[in-house]
Amino acid sequence: MTSVKTESKKDHPWLMRTYSGHSSAKASNELYRTNLSKGQTGLSVAFDLPTQTGYDADHPLARGEVGKVGVPIGHIGDMETLFDQIPLGKMNTSMTINATAAWLLSLYIAAAERQGVDQAQLQGTTQNDIIKEYLSRGTYIFPPEPSLRLTTDVISYTVNRIPKWNPTNICSYHLQEAGATPVQELAYALSTAIAVLDAIRDSGQIKADAFANVVGRTSFFVNAGIRFIEECCKMRAFAAMWEQLTRERYAVDDAKMRRFRYGVQVNSLGLTEPQPENNVQRIVLEMLGVTLSKKARARAIQLPAWNEALGLPRPWDQQWALRMQQVLAIETDLLEYGDILDGSPIIEAKVRSLIDGAEAEMQRVHEEGGMIQAIETGYVKRQLVTSHTARMRAIESGDLKIIGINSFTETAESPLTAGGDSGIMKVDPAAEREQIERLNAFRAARNAAEVEAALNNLKDIASSSENIMPASIRCAHAGVTTGEWSRVLRDIFGEYRAPTGIDIAALNLAASDTVDSLRERTRKTGEELGRPLKILVGKPGLDGHSNGAEQIAVKARDVGFEVVYEGIRLTPEQIVKAAEEEGVHLIGLSVLSGSHLELVEDAMSRLGELGLSEVPVIVGGIVPPEDEANLKTRGIAAVYTPKDSDMNLIMADLVNIIRESNGLERYGALH
Amino acid sequence: MLTSSTYPDPDTLAAAVTERERPALAKALNLLDDKRPEARRRAARLLRLLPHERLYASGHLIGLTGPPGAGKSSLTAALITIWRKRGLRVAVLAVDPSSPISGGALLGDRLRMFSGQIDNEVFIRSLACRGEFGGLSAEVWPMSLVMLAAFDIVLVETVGVGQKEIDVSRLTDTTVFVAQPASGDSIQFLKAGIMEVPHLLVVNKADLGLAARKTLAELRATLKPALHESSWQVPALAASAAQGTGIAELADGIDAHRLWLLEQKQLSPRRKKFQAEWVLKRLGEEFGRFGIESLGGTSALLMELAEAGSSPFEQYDAMRQRFLSNWNAPQRERLKCP
Repeated sequence: MTSVKTESKKDHPWLMRTYSGHSSAKASNELYRTNLSKGQTGLSVAFDLPTQTGYDADHPLARGEVGKVGVPIGHIGDMETLFDQIPLGKMNTSMTINATAAWLLSLYIAAAERQGVDQAQLQGTTQNDIIKEYLSRGTYIFPPEPSLRLTTDVISYTVNRIPKWNPTNICSYHLQEAGATPVQELAYALSTAIAVLDAIRDSGQIKADAFANVVGRTSFFVNAGIRFIEECCKMRAFAAMWEQLTRERYAVDDAKMRRFRYGVQVNSLGLTEPQPENNVQRIVLEMLGVTLSKKARARAIQLPAWNEALGLPRPWDQQWALRMQQVLAIETDLLEYGDILDGSPIIEAKVRSLIDGAEAEMQRVHEEGGMIQAIETGYVKRQLVTSHTARMRAIESGDLKIIGINSFTETAESPLTAGGDSGIMKVDPAAEREQIERLNAFRAARNAAEVEAALNNLKDIASSSENIMPASIRCAHAGVTTGEWSRVLRDIFGEYRAPTGIDIAALNLAASDTVDSLRERTRKTGEELGRPLKILVGKPGLDGHSNGAEQIAVKARDVGFEVVYEGIRLTPEQIVKAAEEEGVHLIGLSVLSGSHLELVEDAMSRLGELGLSEVPVIVGGIVPPEDEANLKTRGIAAVYTPKDSDMNLIMADLVNIIRESNGLERYGALH
Repeated sequence: MLTSSTYPDPDTLAAAVTERERPALAKALNLLDDKRPEARRRAARLLRLLPHERLYASGHLIGLTGPPGAGKSSLTAALITIWRKRGLRVAVLAVDPSSPISGGALLGDRLRMFSGQIDNEVFIRSLACRGEFGGLSAEVWPMSLVMLAAFDIVLVETVGVGQKEIDVSRLTDTTVFVAQPASGDSIQFLKAGIMEVPHLLVVNKADLGLAARKTLAELRATLKPALHESSWQVPALAASAAQGTGIAELADGIDAHRLWLLEQKQLSPRRKKFQAEWVLKRLGEEFGRFGIESLGGTSALLMELAEAGSSPFEQYDAMRQRFLSNWNAPQRERLKCP
């Protein structure tokens, strides 16, 4: 056996995590302890959508969402259960939480205190980047200004009191999921960092000499796509730009405080539902993009499971994802060398061109008045929708090849998805009811006077310019619920609906024969039915991932439909009311959170009550095959999942569904 | 199979709309949008059966227009909240541009009018402008009428940046122009005389502070000497949909104009005049200037139409018949000759 060792000391492996949490605090606690016993070195908590958007489990909007995409945390009791037998003084916990970050951190601090751990010992991360929520992820609650204040309150508090905490993870991850190119990802993430750091500097909560600590504690959460060489260059570009920005704009002298620190979740956008086993090699290659270059290596990595495009991963799927990291860090020689990319002229040139592009785009954001303004005017969203639409069109035309989607689609049947569970995990349908029962029991047992006093105090602090954290920690100990904490702030700050970007997405002028023939079909069917074809696209429930719905809306407009776009976070009742008022020929519901059955059933029964049963309904989202069959028996005309990637076929299908439901003959196949 | 049974019965529909039933109003609006001949016949009957008084003499038909990005939809949402507090039922017709190439449209306005509350006394219909009738679809007028039969306030929201789009003022009792702070455009319109049209000017986003105050001051300076029609003084107001300030004052101002119209006995003649113009415009589109002349000329036709008591579709069809028989008669005479 030969081994060529270099002089440099072997690098420490990164923190290995798995983004997980489901059903209940108790079930998630068991999963965490199992994952830790398998060699996971940190925790990454996924919260359910009601927790992320500040609703208790018994709120109407929470229906069907409790425990679905993460763990429901309604109060201190849930938080204590979640970390039962996990010593918080030693754990490194990442929490993907944004609008309610101040609240979940308060619950975490309070739970640690009840374990006898001083908050100063805590280590971990709150995502706490509200800005990208407006652009893609959609779990915002408040308008940008008060949101930024909550973000800066968390940062100021932890820098002063919890020195090893990463109070904000500026996310370029979701920008890439929303369609950002590497240049856009760099530019918008760094512009966001500027907006946040400027706000803290101007808030006066941090003494000038301590500001370098704020910069030093600012970390990033990055995406890594399949073009892994370019991704590697993107990470080097990030490191170089951050170093320069912190030195020039914020005058940070200490080089350690200028290091670009980031965690990664590799790309989910490129994972495919057809031939899902191929996602394994995609994930591994994407991991290389963020580990090859020592100078720009990730501090923490979490990998998605191979079957994420199908539904919730099972414990075995998560174990597989963890083992991928362990093989790379422990078996290979990756960590034994210095930076292997240094000195490559090709890499250097690529990094340079990314930096140049990103600097130009940052200048445009600056001209818009900064990142907050650029979001409010819809500028950034417009750029992202345009990029995403370009990507979808490239897949449609075959210019961008994806194995199993638009090339090499033939496949033998996969034994991986053949099991009785179809290769995914199901959340226990009783989880929601049980969570509500626990919530009611918790409410009944607490001291009502203490709760009221803590909420009144929170109200006063929120209306002032004082830091929100101490009042929130008091609420946590008093037994305030997630919904109550959020209600107080909703009343004071108001609620926000972000621009969608779709109304301004450029029309696809490069019409193909297919698009022309679709337009003709849409127009003629409209004439036969007396008026132009009109459809409604809406997202019921709390899930905010609006890309799929927006792409359908834009494409439908491009082929001649009149499209009422309803946006996100709507109850089935609101969608059905809109469908009635708008007199649409078809309703499209987009659901990605796994709560499609409840939400669709609710919508369908309401349509029946209004006498609108004859309006066809289609569903798009991550829907497992047996649910698809189930939805169809409830009268859903069609179900589209990520494997239906040809938008033209979907559009042709919509026209035919409308024709059929109005007694017209279907058109044949598209040419 | 498409049979007449797929068309709603106009008599039942008219009765239900008069009773303010929401599903019936939705169906009625679909029928008014429907271009098929049978649908047009039924639509004409539907409009005739609706209470004449509600369509032509009461309620309030409001136009809200302004450049893109001025915050019209959020202002509409804020107005709806105030009107609902005052116990008024509100219908909105939100008009968005169509793509001239695909014919498609993205109608995203109701998204911004979302108040978080389910309220069955609010009814919002989005409509693509479909590139005809100046900036407005031909359907806007008949749809406004049927909404007036069921709601106290009907608000038509349109994008308006130039003379053509200000068409909404030729359809509504009261026109509100929403100006964008720090936008020189609004001032230019005023100077060009285009903004003699609106009855109220409002600078939205007053929370922007200095820019909004500056725009407001400029608008007021330009307005001072300009008297609208006989004695209506056009007010220029500041509002912030985001902060909810100035909205009650705007609602008061809008209502003051309605009271002024009633006092001047202009409300009903105004609606009839606009209907006559609508009919005339559609006749002009079909038969050209020659057609209008052969029917007696613009002013005579306007007078005749404004006095008639029937629905826009009936008036249109009657005029169309008259034109076609005028046109055909001499031809027939000639054919009789050897």
